[in-house]
Amino acid sequence: MNDKNKIITGLVIFFLVVLFPFWFNLIFGAADASTAPEPELTEKAEKAETCVAETEHMRTEHMQILDQWRDTVVRDGQRIYVAENGKEYDPSLSNTCMDCHSNKEKFCDRCHNYASVNPYCWDCHTYPEETE
Amino acid sequence: MNVAYLYSLIAVVVLGLIAYAGVEAAGLDVLFGVVIPYLALIVFLIGFANKVLDWTKSAVPFKIPTTFGQQKSLDWIKHNRFDSPYTTGQVVIRMLLEILLLRSLFKNTRVGFGKGQRIAYKWVVWLWLFAILFHYSFFVVVLRHLRFFAEPVPFFVSFLEKIDGMFQILLPNLFLSGVLLLGGALLLLLRRVLLPKLVYISKPADYFPLFLIIGIAVTGLMMRYLDKVDVVRVKELAMGLATLQPGIPEGGISGLFYVHLFFVSILVAYIPFSKIMHMGGVFLSPTRNLANNTRAKRHVNPWNYPVKTHTYEEYEEDFRDKMKEAGIPVEKE
Repeated sequence: MNDKNKIITGLVIFFLVVLFPFWFNLIFGAADASTAPEPELTEKAEKAETCVAETEHMRTEHMQILDQWRDTVVRDGQRIYVAENGKEYDPSLSNTCMDCHSNKEKFCDRCHNYASVNPYCWDCHTYPEETE
Repeated sequence: MNVAYLYSLIAVVVLGLIAYAGVEAAGLDVLFGVVIPYLALIVFLIGFANKVLDWTKSAVPFKIPTTFGQQKSLDWIKHNRFDSPYTTGQVVIRMLLEILLLRSLFKNTRVGFGKGQRIAYKWVVWLWLFAILFHYSFFVVVLRHLRFFAEPVPFFVSFLEKIDGMFQILLPNLFLSGVLLLGGALLLLLRRVLLPKLVYISKPADYFPLFLIIGIAVTGLMMRYLDKVDVVRVKELAMGLATLQPGIPEGGISGLFYVHLFFVSILVAYIPFSKIMHMGGVFLSPTRNLANNTRAKRHVNPWNYPVKTHTYEEYEEDFRDKMKEAGIPVEKE
């Protein structure tokens, strides 16, 4: 009786599990998965040039801004948001954000799907395509 | 202050600073983002295999299961099947309970004085509680990280995220496992820092991995909730590593991310040489994986090599004539 074969079998299985990302992407993955999909801007968004904050800031902090907006609007009844650059906005996901970024599938979802983020915004809010 | 944990803490802080300065000041993104993670993985795989293969060579001269119950005996004596397993099936169940529920930690007791001067043993649940909190949340956190290393994201990762973030606190959605991991690791550390008996038996090798994991958890939580990094770029980098087309994404990622990645690389490379090898060792511990059936079956060390023997018959064969001459009685004429 010698357990060497059993141990080596276990070791091989463990390594297969550890190396999951390598073979999973090889079998099921897309070829260009290491480049993120670009969010597409609508004409209106491109014309506006700036969002409520700098692009780099929006990339990481947009959820924070939405969270604050929800609190100020729903809890404090404050319906005016003054951006860093002095411009005033109506703090509303459906009416402000999605006025320019009306293409949820090509703007929001692209990055969210890529990073496996599943925001619950649209549990309540509708988005333009749906309302038509 | 105790040098064992002071040095470990300083080591982790210095490692973090090295990664931060390396990326932010010296611009060594490729070193910390590509080279070191790959090296760490290679060290881990080779080191892990080497360790386990070394273990396969160790002798098991005796059956030494530690038992916590009545062994199989006469029919009318109740046999404790999982605390003193008799068959392989029972051993498998015992191992599963050990690995999935950390049962031996559950049996932790503390000695003290009961009434008067009587010695009393008290059941203490804290070690088990902290350990199970720590291990399972770490497991969930590791699995959740597959969202960065797999495209499309596997269904079980999305499913885990849903459960992990079910309370929908904060934005981005708070994942319970991350907080529990930090909490569990801190509690395990506090045990080793506050209880004098544990401080006495603890070495830097006990503190260093704890501080390192705390560092990983803290940087991870910071990147998600406080000083946010761009997850899309993080995924680009991770996918580059996973598809063997490594690169630093355009625009770069903040130094905090590289501190996290460096800590993880260090931990991964350190595993084969540290106490964390218990992840492999638990399967190979003879006090757990052997059946307590020595009364029924003879145990032969499977690693025994054929021993060259010289029996009395052979001895007599060699010297019969001389024995006869000297008048020594022989068995065979």
